Amino acid sequence: MLIQQIINGLTVGSIYALVALGYTMVFGVLRLINFAHGDLFALGAYLGLSFLTWLALAGGAGPLLALAVAGVLVAASVGLAGVLTERVAYRPLRGAGRLPAVVSALGVSVFVQNGIMLLWGAQPRAFPHDLVPDRAWAVLGVQFTLMRLVILAGSLLLMLALYLFVQNTRVGAAMRAIAVDHETARLMGIDVNRLIQLVFLIGAALGGLAGVMVGLYYGQLNFTMGWLYGLKAFTAAILGGIGNIPGAMVGGLILGLAEALAAGYVAGEWKDAVAFVILILILLLRPTGLLGERVAEKI
Amino acid sequence: MANRGNGAGEAGVSRVALPGLNAGPRARRAGAGAALLAALAFPLLVGFDRYYLEIGFHFFLWSMLALSLNFILGGTGQYNLGHAAFFAAGAYTTAILNTRLDIPVLWLLPVSALVAAVLAALVARPILHLRGDYLLIVTVGFAEIVRIALRNDVFGLTGGVNGILGIDRPELFGFRLTQPVHFYYLSLLFVLLTVFIAVRLENSRVGRAWSYIREDELAAEAMGIDTTRYKLLAFVVGAALAGVAGNIYAAKMPVIAPESFSIWESVVMFAIVILGGTGSIPGIFLGTFGMVVLPQLFRGLEYYRMLVFGAAMVVLMIFRPEGLWPSRRWRLAVRGEDEPAEAGAAAAPTDPGTGAGAAAGGAAGTG
Repeated sequence: MLIQQIINGLTVGSIYALVALGYTMVFGVLRLINFAHGDLFALGAYLGLSFLTWLALAGGAGPLLALAVAGVLVAASVGLAGVLTERVAYRPLRGAGRLPAVVSALGVSVFVQNGIMLLWGAQPRAFPHDLVPDRAWAVLGVQFTLMRLVILAGSLLLMLALYLFVQNTRVGAAMRAIAVDHETARLMGIDVNRLIQLVFLIGAALGGLAGVMVGLYYGQLNFTMGWLYGLKAFTAAILGGIGNIPGAMVGGLILGLAEALAAGYVAGEWKDAVAFVILILILLLRPTGLLGERVAEKI
Repeated sequence: MANRGNGAGEAGVSRVALPGLNAGPRARRAGAGAALLAALAFPLLVGFDRYYLEIGFHFFLWSMLALSLNFILGGTGQYNLGHAAFFAAGAYTTAILNTRLDIPVLWLLPVSALVAAVLAALVARPILHLRGDYLLIVTVGFAEIVRIALRNDVFGLTGGVNGILGIDRPELFGFRLTQPVHFYYLSLLFVLLTVFIAVRLENSRVGRAWSYIREDELAAEAMGIDTTRYKLLAFVVGAALAGVAGNIYAAKMPVIAPESFSIWESVVMFAIVILGGTGSIPGIFLGTFGMVVLPQLFRGLEYYRMLVFGAAMVVLMIFRPEGLWPSRRWRLAVRGEDEPAEAGAAAAPTDPGTGAGAAAGGAAGTG
């Protein structure tokens, strides 16, 4: 029972972690909480639904291939939506203080959320659930389903790829440089705006993929889901230490575990409150998060 | 297209309105008097039409909520995106005590205000020191916890998802309020009360301390202002008035349910204050008109209204970050300019370069 809850928690937690990466990367380079990120995640889920439906109509492809193609399409389109958001709503306000940027981000969030409602309807939508073969193994009384393994492996691979990219490539080094200081980075010949676009592209693409995973896992989409998942993922980012990429991963996994354990052992209907309690406690007690360092400038 | 036209129209309104605002206290008082007369005569003008009176009630209710939030957001510059929680506290206090103990609704008015204020004091005290956007996210989290608690029928009092039904209609000196027109005037009365409190506070020692804190907290602290106490006071006053609004809402509505106090309600209040012009009372009425009344008047466009508002929030922040009808103080603070900037501010909508000077400069530097 306990191990089962842990497996469930890690699966959901890895999805939170993927979304949290978008918050943490944007915060790292712009010191901005991208309130629209949760809704881009929801956009990814809905686009995934549409792409999968079209691919199924086109026929021919096996379910896993369809899933892979849809994943690439979602990552590309949500990534572009992220870049567009930055260009339209955030770049003109860079340097204009925090409040205008926050309101602008909220505006994008409202816009995307209601755009989703207009395009896909206000009623919850069912997500195709037969894409990943319904296979399960019982090891020592613990159920491992193929679905969970696909989600867990997929998100861990994406996170590993991102981590290696940021740590080991020249572009990754440039990203880390602008997270420290825009001006100096610019003097070193780094095209700051291009890199910020890249950060939004990667962050939004990962968020969109996480949306598809949520669709696969729960089988149902709701146009307001972006807010809830967004807040939880943001909690994960804070928990790990915002601006810190490994922190977001750790934070997401811990949050998923905490929720699963609370749902399993305390009270299921309070599950959604767990994240918010953690959010408030962490900001009060250890605002730098578990892996964060730089204190004063952030809070 | 529609959106763009809308934005230009709004900017036009504010440009016309601004000289009026600056025309000195006499003109301002005359404007307020005319607005009050129009509000008093409104039921006659619409022939006691239920539909328009309902809209009028909601206009005043939301104005009151936004005004109460303005103590926190405009007064001291604390980003509270969980104001619906205090509204809920007032509404549920009234609903629970009325249905369980049969206490008359209007007697519960001070109780609702008190409960909301105590809640605010308890919640706000530990989070006051957080930086702006963190405070914002914590208030969102707090409001969500409150909503989840209400949904889960906490202590068996809140009735879960369905909420609470069967709240008595209020009685005033033996006269039972039942018709839309009664509630229209009730809400008008309380909006006036809120405006009165806001104006009196603005020009008081407390109001000056608040604007000090908003402009520069460190300097305020250095001048001997107990910033923590004054920030907490802003939360308590704002929450108490939201609690009063909750009482009136409970008195009017047949049912009080958790979904009336969701994050979206908080976002609307927040947007009214910011879009209307932070810190400005006429701006808040204008913002409420835009956010609450317009969508109800154009029901056919209902589905598109949020889309338009989302876009309007972005466009306004880029071209007119101080809101449609800002208070002078706030406008100068946001623009970071002096008096002659008036022309520049008015020209901004046609010239993106002026509106986003720093950012445009940055883009040019690397682009």
